Amino acid sequence: MPRFVTLTIQRQDRPETRRYWQTFCIPYVEQMNVISCLQAIAADPTTADGEATTPVAWDCNCLEEVCGACSMNINGRVRQACTALVDALLEENPNEIRLEPMSKFPIVRDLIVDRSRMFDALKRVRAWIPVDGYYHIGPGPRISPRQQEEAYPLTRCMTCGCCLEACPQINNASDFIGAAAISQVILFNDHPTGKLIAHERLDAIMEPGGITECGNAQNCVKVCPKDIPLTDSIAKAGRQTSIHAITRWLSR
Amino acid sequence: MAEQRVVVIGGGLAGLAATMRLAESGRTVDLLSLGPVKRSHSVCAQGGINAVNAVTRQLGDSEWKHFDDTVYGGDFLQHQPPVKEMCDWGPKIIDLLDRLGVMFNRTPEGHRDYRRFGGTLFPRTAFAGATTGQQLLYALDEQVRWWETENRVYKHEMAEFLGPVIDEQGICRGVVAQDTCTMVIRAFPADAVVLATGGCGLIFGKSTNSMACTGAANARAYRAGVHYANGEFVQVHPTAIPAADKLRLMSESARGEGGRVWVPRDPKDARSAREIPDGERWYFLEERYPQYGNLVPRDIATREIFSVCREGYSVDPHGYAVYLDLTHIPRADLDRKLAGILEIYEKFQGVDPRDEPMKIFPGVHYTMGGLWCGYEVDPHTGGLKIGAPANQMTNIPGLYAIGEADYQYHGANRLGANSLLSCIFAGLIVSPSINAYLGNLSRKTAADSPSSLFEHEVERHQEAEHRLRNATGHENPYTIHRELGETMTRDVTVVRHNKNIAETLSTLDELTDRYRHVRLSDAADWANQHLAFTRALGDMLELAKAIAKGALLRDECRGAHYKPEFEIPGPDATDQDTLRRQARQWCERFRARNEQWLKTTVAEYHPAGPAIRYEEVDTSLIPPRPRTYGLKGAGVIDDVWKVMEAERSTAEQRYMGSAGAPQ
Ligand SMILES: Cc1cc2nc3c(=O)[nH]c(=O)nc-3n(C[C@H](O)[C@H](O)[C@H](O)COP(=O)(O)OP(=O)(O)OC[C@H]3O[C@@H](n4cnc5c(N)ncnc54)[C@H](O)[C@@H]3O)c2cc1C
Ligand code: SF4
Repeated sequence: MPRFVTLTIQRQDRPETRRYWQTFCIPYVEQMNVISCLQAIAADPTTADGEATTPVAWDCNCLEEVCGACSMNINGRVRQACTALVDALLEENPNEIRLEPMSKFPIVRDLIVDRSRMFDALKRVRAWIPVDGYYHIGPGPRISPRQQEEAYPLTRCMTCGCCLEACPQINNASDFIGAAAISQVILFNDHPTGKLIAHERLDAIMEPGGITECGNAQNCVKVCPKDIPLTDSIAKAGRQTSIHAITRWLSR
Repeated sequence: MAEQRVVVIGGGLAGLAATMRLAESGRTVDLLSLGPVKRSHSVCAQGGINAVNAVTRQLGDSEWKHFDDTVYGGDFLQHQPPVKEMCDWGPKIIDLLDRLGVMFNRTPEGHRDYRRFGGTLFPRTAFAGATTGQQLLYALDEQVRWWETENRVYKHEMAEFLGPVIDEQGICRGVVAQDTCTMVIRAFPADAVVLATGGCGLIFGKSTNSMACTGAANARAYRAGVHYANGEFVQVHPTAIPAADKLRLMSESARGEGGRVWVPRDPKDARSAREIPDGERWYFLEERYPQYGNLVPRDIATREIFSVCREGYSVDPHGYAVYLDLTHIPRADLDRKLAGILEIYEKFQGVDPRDEPMKIFPGVHYTMGGLWCGYEVDPHTGGLKIGAPANQMTNIPGLYAIGEADYQYHGANRLGANSLLSCIFAGLIVSPSINAYLGNLSRKTAADSPSSLFEHEVERHQEAEHRLRNATGHENPYTIHRELGETMTRDVTVVRHNKNIAETLSTLDELTDRYRHVRLSDAADWANQHLAFTRALGDMLELAKAIAKGALLRDECRGAHYKPEFEIPGPDATDQDTLRRQARQWCERFRARNEQWLKTTVAEYHPAGPAIRYEEVDTSLIPPRPRTYGLKGAGVIDDVWKVMEAERSTAEQRYMGSAGAPQ
C-alpha cells in the first residue's frame, strides 16, 4: 500500500483567469476515491511543495453515482469522481492521479463547469410527458414489462455530461445538443402519452444542432457511466426523423 | 397591486411537487436550489414508495391500515390527521406519478408491480428498478422544466438560502439568498415561502445522505424563529457501507437472502476474514436472538452492531465495522437474487462480496424531526382540510415547510418507502394552502413592503459573512465538523445515555467557541465553497444543540430514541400467572410513560441554547398501543393491553354515562 497519493490538478480561479496546475500529496487511506482525495485537500489545502493554497473547488452531491454532479477528466478519461477508486487509478498510473475539468463546458472554477446547455437542450426537445394536469384522473397507460425494460435504462440519464465531453462533434464550431438529449427524445417518444407530441420533439432535433450533427464516432456510449445504449437511441432517432421528414413533406 | 409571488427553496421531491402544483394553479414561482434541482438528494432513494393498491386491498389492506402501520411504526408520535390524509392520497399519488411517465416495474399484464417493505404485511411498495427516487425526481423535474418554458417557474439553481425575511409584524416577506458563483447576496421578496430543504445527516459527520444535506437551511429558519420539532428523532440504518467519503446503503435484502453478521471471537484477531475458521467467529445476532437471527428488527440490529463495536470487536482498525457475510451462498444464487446491490458494493469498495465478507456499520439515514408546521382537521374525514392555510405552515405566517425538512409524518421512526410519499404529498397539498393564505393576505404584496426591510436583511447577512471572513484564529472548520460528527454519532444516535449526551452538549458549546475562531483558507469572492461550508457549519452546530438537548430531556425509549436507563424490561417469567402479572405491570408503566412523554418536542432558538417545551400529540383516530415488535414477551403484552384497554373504555363509558349525559 502506498503511503501517499499524488494528485495533479488543473486549476482556474475564475472563468477569465489563466489555468495553472498544482500537485497535492495526501495520506493514503483504504478505499479512497477521488472525492475523498478532494475532501482531504479541502481540509488541508497545501500543495506537495508545502505551499498553502486555496481548496480545489469541485461539484458533487450524492456520491452514489446517481446525481451526475461529479463528472471530470480523471487520468485523461471523463468519468464520475465518486466511482473513481484510488486503488484502481493507481493501477492505471502508479505515479499520480490527474484531474481536469470537462473541456466542453464553460469553466466556473477549478473542476466546476457550467452544464446549463444540457438542461436547455432538454427544454428544446420537450423532454416531458404532456399531461392534462395534476388532478386525479386515474392511472397512467398500461405498459408491458418489455417496454419498461427498454425504457428504464434511458430514464437513468443523470445529465452528467460525460457523453458530450467525449463527443468530437461538440466543439466551439457546433451547437450539437449531444447524445443525452437525443436519447431522451426516444424515451419520451416511445411512451404512450409522450408519443402524443413526438412530432414536436422530432421537429426540434431536425433543426440545426440536432441529430444531423452526429458524426457517429460512438464515443458517447463508451463513456456513459450508466451504460445507456446511446447509439441505439441515436439510430432510432435517425429512423424516426426520416419517417417524420417524409410525412411532413407528404402532408405539405 | 403587484403580482403575489411564491419562493420555493429546494428542488427535491417535495419542492418540485410544490412548484409544479403552484404553477398549475396560476402562480409564478421562484425556485431556489443549491445546485441543479435534478441533482437533489432525492435521487438516492432506491427502495420505492408506499401506497395501498388493488392487490393489497384484496388481501385485506386499506388506507386505514397503511395509516395504522405508519403511526404504529412511528410509535404514535405523529399527529394523526395529516398522516391519515397522506395515506388516503397514496394511491392517487402513485397514479399521478405513473401518468407523469415514471417507469415503475410492471407485472406481465402491464400493471404496476409492488413489493413488500419493512413494517407491514402487505406488498405496498411501488418501485422503478433500484432507482425509484431518481425516477420520481426526474418525472417532477421534467414537469417543472415544462413550466419554465411557460414562464411560470424561474429557477435559480446556484442560490443558497441564507434566511427568511420577516417583517415587524412577524410575517414572512421573502428570503435572502446568495449566488453560489458570484457570491452576490440579494433578497427575493415573496408573499409565501416554502422550505423544502431536506434533512440534516451531515450533522453526524458521514451519513447515507448527500453532501448538500447539512440541515443549514433548516437551522437558519430555526435561528430566525421557526420552531424545530422532534429533533432528537434520527433514523439510523443498520447496514451501511463505511467508506472514506460517505456511508452508502446496503439493502436489508442481503440479510433476507441469508447474509450472516459476525465478528472474530477474539477482538485482537488480525487475520483476514476468510482465514478465520467458523468456530472462531462470533455470530452475535444469531447467538443473542436465536428466533430472528440476522433478521432482527432494524433498530435491534443497529443497536447490537453498534454496541459490539463499542466493546472493541470492530473489524476495522480505523473505525467501526462488522462483517456481513454472503460468501457461504452459491455465486449463482447471489447473482440471481442480489446482483444489483452487490454491484454497488463492488463498484464503490472495489471488492467482490461474493468472495470477501462485506464490512458494514449502522449509518445515520433520515431526519424524522424538522421544522414545526401546522394543519387543520376536516371534521368529516378526520384527515386534513385541504386548502386550509395552516397546513404545512410554520409558526411564522407565510413560511411553509415540506418534505424531510418538516416533522409532520414519521413520528419517532419512519417506515421504509414512506418518505417519498410524504415528500410528494406535502408538496402537492401545500399549494392550495398557500393560495388560500395569499387570498386572505389582502393588505399588500411583499413587493410593496418597504425596500428597507430587504436592504436591512441583506446587510445583516453581508455583515455576518464579513465577520466570518475576518475571524481571527486558527481553527480548521473541517476539524470542527469532524469532531461534531464524532460526538453526535457516538452519543446521540443509537444508544443514548444522559451522561454522554450532557457531555456532548458541552462539547457543542466548546465547538461553538472554537468556531468563532475559524480561519478560512479561501478568500475568493467567486464560487467560494469553503466559505459556504464554514457558514453552514455554524448553523449545523446550532441545530445539533436542539437535537442533543431534545435527546437529553426525553427520558424514555420511543422509536429511534433508545435510552437503556429508561427501558421497561419485558415480562420473562416462566409460569403463566407471574407472566401475566408482569405484563400488566409493563402495560401500566407504558401507560404512565405515554402520559408523560407522548408529546412533541418543540425547540425554540436562543443564543444561549435551545429552549424546549412540549406539545400534545393528536391521537384522535387510533389510540396509542405498545409497539412490541421484537420485544421479549410481546404476545402476552399485546393480550394484556387489549384487556386493559377494554376495561378502561367500559370505565370511561360508565363515567361518561353518569356525568356526561347530554344537557
Ligand atoms: C440512501 C437513501 C435511500 C433512501 N431510500 C428511500 C426509499 O426507498 N423510499 C423512501 O420513501 N425514502 C427513501 N429515502 C429517504 C428520501 O430519499 C428522502 O427523505 C427524500 O428524498 C427527501 O426529499 P426532500 O424533497 O425533502 O429533500 P431533498 O431531496 O434532500 O432536497 C433538498 C433540496 O433543498 C435544496 N437545499 C438545501 N439547502 C439549501 C439552501 N441552503 N439553499 C438552497 N437550496 C437548498 C437542495 O439543493 C435540494 O434541492 C432514502 C434516503 C437515502 C439517504
Ligand atoms: S447519457 Fe450517460 S453520459 Fe450522457 S449525460 Fe446521460 S448519463 Fe451522462
